[in-house]
Amino acid sequence: MTLPGFPDAAPLAGLAGGVLIGLASALMLLGAGRIAGVSGIAARAFGLADGSQPRIGAWAFVLGLPLGALIVTSQTSAAAPAFAGPVTLVVAGLIVGIGTRLGSGCTSGHGVCGMSRLSQRSLVAVATFMATGFATVAVMNALGIGVLS
Amino acid sequence: MIRETLVPLAAGTIFGAGLTIGGMTDPARVRGFLDLFGNWDPTLAFVMGGAVLVMALAWTVQRKMLRPVFGEGFSLPDRSDLTPRLIGGSALFGIGWGIAGLCPGPGFAALAIAPVSAAIFVAAMLGGMLLVRIMEGHG
Repeated sequence: MTLPGFPDAAPLAGLAGGVLIGLASALMLLGAGRIAGVSGIAARAFGLADGSQPRIGAWAFVLGLPLGALIVTSQTSAAAPAFAGPVTLVVAGLIVGIGTRLGSGCTSGHGVCGMSRLSQRSLVAVATFMATGFATVAVMNALGIGVLS
Repeated sequence: MIRETLVPLAAGTIFGAGLTIGGMTDPARVRGFLDLFGNWDPTLAFVMGGAVLVMALAWTVQRKMLRPVFGEGFSLPDRSDLTPRLIGGSALFGIGWGIAGLCPGPGFAALAIAPVSAAIFVAAMLGGMLLVRIMEGHG
């Protein structure tokens, strides 16, 4: 299925992926009583944040992420996506690391878990990172800076 | 054991599968979504919509529960204050997200898709987190 006007969009795959992400977050919430916020859990796993979550649990969640990706890619024959070059990845990674710690969350914690409970902090965080994300891509495109090879 | 390791492992695995199916481990797909003023790709709105819908249901269930299925209590954020730190940090995060088309979850998930690229991104991200930790005096 395609969206009229958006031939490249994959709405059904997007929705299916989103439902899975929601189910995973629901499992964390109702099963373990915690927020499935990846930046916070990763910081906890690597000893970069204090918290009540045992580090072994944080590690289990973080290791699950590539495991889940591996299960999906082993069942499909899609071409490998393009990624940015090493310098761009370092710059972007640094900014994402600093930003998510200062901002107390990312697309998962604020975006999925926080927005769905109408947390004021998360709604503001999401509006902010969406706005700067849109602006960043717009500026880079205007300057003709392409990063994916 | 179940609460501390098996639940997070299962949740992380389902999460990583969802990210991959939804296209979030494809930087071009993510940057296409962020290209609102150009050749916009709305796919990620469906990812976010599906996830938020399921979680909204989960929160209504959570409000009726005294404790999680495995474990004694809920450990949930309860702050509501809007601070310059929250807004500044989120603004920075969005810039980094836009530059490479990767956020933390897909960064880890992509370790199984493009190991070298993903490892560089994840290492730099952890470096950024460490920097914040050091600046806050936790060495």
